[in-house]
Amino acid sequence: MKHDHYDAVVIGAGHNGLVTACYLQRAGLKVLVLERNSYIGGATTSISKYEDFTYSNCSYVCSLFRQEIARDLELYKFGMQVIPYNGGAQIIKNEDGSHDMLGAYWHADANRRDLERLSKRDANAYDRLNRDIMRQCEFIKPLLMRTPPDPTSFKPRDLMELLYLGKRFYGLGKERMLETIRFYTMSAADYLNEYLENDALKSYVAGGATVGTALGVYSPGTAYVLLHHAMGDIDGTVGAWGFARGGMGAISKALNDSFIASGGEVRVNAGVSKFIVERGKVKGMQLEDGEVIDADLVVSGMDVRRTFNAVDPNELPAWVVERVKNFRFRGSSAKINIALDGVPKFHGVPDGSPCLTGDIHISQSMEELETAYDDWKAGRWSDKPYLDMLIPSLIDPTMTPEGKHWMSIFIQYCPYEPAEGGWTEARRQAFGQHIVNRIAEFSPDFTEKMLHMELRTPKDIETEVGLTEGNIFQGELTMDQLIFNRPIPGYAQYRSPIKGLYMCGSSTHPGGGVMGAPGANAAREVLLDLGRRN
Amino acid sequence: MKTNTNNNQRPLIERPIQETAFYPSYKHLIQNDNYEEWSGYTALASFACEGQEYFAVRNTCGVYDICPMIKYDISGPDAERFMNRLVTRDVSKMLPERVVYAVWCNDNGHVIEDGTVFRYSATDFRLCCAERQLEWLEDSSIGYDVSIADVTEEIAGLAVQGPVSCRILKKMGFTGVENLKPFQLATFPLHGYDVVISRTGFTGDLGYELWIDVKNASDLWESLFSAGKPHGILMMGSEALEMLRIEAGLMLVNAEFMSCFQTVRLNRDRTPFELGLDWLVDFNKGHFIGRRALLKVSMKGLSRKLVGIDIDWNKQADGALIYDSKDASKQIGEVTSALWSPILKQNIALAYLDAPYFDGGKEMWAEVYLHRECMWERKMYKCRVAQRPFYSPDRRRLTPPNDM
Ligand SMILES: Cc1cc2nc3c(=O)[nH]c(=O)nc-3n(C[C@H](O)[C@H](O)[C@H](O)COP(=O)(O)OP(=O)(O)OC[C@H]3O[C@@H](n4cnc5c(N)ncnc54)[C@H](O)[C@@H]3O)c2cc1C
Repeated sequence: MKHDHYDAVVIGAGHNGLVTACYLQRAGLKVLVLERNSYIGGATTSISKYEDFTYSNCSYVCSLFRQEIARDLELYKFGMQVIPYNGGAQIIKNEDGSHDMLGAYWHADANRRDLERLSKRDANAYDRLNRDIMRQCEFIKPLLMRTPPDPTSFKPRDLMELLYLGKRFYGLGKERMLETIRFYTMSAADYLNEYLENDALKSYVAGGATVGTALGVYSPGTAYVLLHHAMGDIDGTVGAWGFARGGMGAISKALNDSFIASGGEVRVNAGVSKFIVERGKVKGMQLEDGEVIDADLVVSGMDVRRTFNAVDPNELPAWVVERVKNFRFRGSSAKINIALDGVPKFHGVPDGSPCLTGDIHISQSMEELETAYDDWKAGRWSDKPYLDMLIPSLIDPTMTPEGKHWMSIFIQYCPYEPAEGGWTEARRQAFGQHIVNRIAEFSPDFTEKMLHMELRTPKDIETEVGLTEGNIFQGELTMDQLIFNRPIPGYAQYRSPIKGLYMCGSSTHPGGGVMGAPGANAAREVLLDLGRRN
Repeated sequence: MKTNTNNNQRPLIERPIQETAFYPSYKHLIQNDNYEEWSGYTALASFACEGQEYFAVRNTCGVYDICPMIKYDISGPDAERFMNRLVTRDVSKMLPERVVYAVWCNDNGHVIEDGTVFRYSATDFRLCCAERQLEWLEDSSIGYDVSIADVTEEIAGLAVQGPVSCRILKKMGFTGVENLKPFQLATFPLHGYDVVISRTGFTGDLGYELWIDVKNASDLWESLFSAGKPHGILMMGSEALEMLRIEAGLMLVNAEFMSCFQTVRLNRDRTPFELGLDWLVDFNKGHFIGRRALLKVSMKGLSRKLVGIDIDWNKQADGALIYDSKDASKQIGEVTSALWSPILKQNIALAYLDAPYFDGGKEMWAEVYLHRECMWERKMYKCRVAQRPFYSPDRRRLTPPNDM
């Protein structure tokens, strides 16, 4: 055995692993990060695949990243800059075949007036909907950077934390308590139906409720996913989303550089094949090439299934093995990045509209979104999928050559394993073509402007990024897999049944998205066990 | 002229806010580009000198463009029943051609807004307020035979306020306008169209509000200003109005309270009692929205209440926190709106005070921060509860008003 000289080893250079590594290194530990890929970042990368174009290959917009982490780790010094975007367009296909657009603008009155054309009532009700979602955000946000309590434990700390949660909840008052309970159990469609009447507006809002889940807009529990997308903020503007300058990879690069600057070490092409455990304690790990590294403090940024698959089941309680097996991933999202020879036109969008700097959507109704889900259940990609399309290069000058652009297309739903057989190259291409055709129905010159396409099915996401079944959040964000249930009841505090083995990925509280909170929370727990404060 | 919406047209995206129907008429009077947004319209904080605009209302006649007020027409066989369910006071007592000030709540008894209710006939009402709330009106009218229409964009309004306002209106040919009692309204003809005139306003002075179809806006404005010119008529902006309404002791949504439709934080909702609007809540009229909750809170004492206060010295106490002692050991309140009153020569404010301070008679100190020549100074001034309205001249109530 090679001699160990690291205080801690973090597995995976995803953004969460890097956040944990930064905090531990800054607390005075000597930390090594091991990454299986030849590049860092996990699902937070910007890798050039075509000429002078840079894509955000997986995640593409940022909102959830915790400001306290950016400040603690001085990420601005290492080039991280998140620029909020305005705009957004819901393209509407009228019955007579003509098109219209519901625009999102930086100015509330422009939004209202555009909405008033479709429904005066909704123009008012939309404000109330947003207010109610903000109320839920106020409730949940302080919980993001806290370790969830174990509801069955009688340790003073768990009791205090439960008390804190209880107090916050009871402090809401009767009306808001009831509102909250309903909110967490409702479907996005039912929730929105209580406020809105216009289908275009509803589908514009509802699409986000299915992202990363294997649920439909009518499935109970999806109202919460709406919140998961609204609870972020940029410099205090709650619900705002932005582009990381240079692509999402700039965030992991800043984390990486901050880590290196504080003395940390990252090794790429260093996949871990198994953890070495003796008498319930972690002793080190073996890499895919057979190399063994000693360590009695290991933090895994891999998802919960990969983490425990690397542990001999003999070392684990049977119920843990079972829980890990039952943790739901069910990848349902795909990603396409396209290099464009200019900004494509869209039916219904006036020339020069500022709306294109935001998210562009073409789903027409709640029924269409639900049908998209039905396709997925049957093991097919959606005929009319929910597409979240953005053109970051309209704002970010660093990603494409002058006059050229790139478009990020997030696709919900796409099966992990097509029912008619696995993902062959031909089937991949057919899927890509299907999406391009679908967009072309709304964009007359889209195909013509295409220069290059990067395609990622859930299977590709699993293979390339290491996200089990391609689930973008390292496990679905449903109530039964959140807070003290994430990833496993009893092990929601970043620890595991193996002494010295911790978890810090999106499989842990508060879950997926480029947020950094799991990583920061995990570091805090590790340091607590070491009796140190960061 | 790029004004107003054609309802089916995409808004001018390069200019999200609209011009009011009167804007083209008074545009040439704007001297200092002191614009602000009001409910999606271009409004003026001042046209020229806000002090002069303020004194126009106390001395001659000041005119304020109230087109951005949100207006809902509520009509139908059940209109009276519905209005009585909506607001906390009894509108069944209202005669046609009357206006009342009212407040309305949600089922928790939390204030949605305050505003005015116009009654045109047995079955026709108009609700005039500052915030849009069509979906609430629609939802709470389920089961009532009423139609509700947002007429904000169709109806233009001008507030014509001040001691000579009546004289100017008479001169314009509105014969009999002098007989309008406070909170009464009547329809008058002018150049072939109707002008609804209500003796209402937000200034605490003699004053009227003129309501017309937007298409007659420029004619009305020209007529008013040519009649008013020899009498010192002046357009005014919101800065002057702010001074006037504080002197009148009137509260303003988003200054004294936030609509419970907009609050996100806990403990920001207000009941009418906390706002000192007990006199608007009528428990004897039968059911209304929020009644049960309000009955409950009316049994308990208030923990805080909005009152008028008067502060020593002459430094406007904007945003001041109020303490029980000069050494600021316990905070017992806060100022919501403050003014050095030019007419009263008094330093007045609207403020929330905790119990029992709002009953008056206790020692209180306001912590005032002064920004003088780029330096902040902190001052403690003694203050006391004062009667509202702070200023209320007789001409506000006299009918006919004395003509001067
Ligand atoms: C297509 C897509 C789009 C998304 N869009 C957004 C978005 O727009 N906004 C947003 O906020 N979130 C988005 N997300 C979610 C977000 O990107 C993820 O939740 C987040 O990046 C996960 O970070 P992580 O550090 O927890 O895990 P990961 O990024 O998955 O990091 C895990 C790392 O561990 C490495 N690894 C795996 N196995 C091993 C091993 N055996 N040995 C060593 N290393 C290993 C992996 O290579 C990887 O680098 C998206 C995700 C995807 C896939």
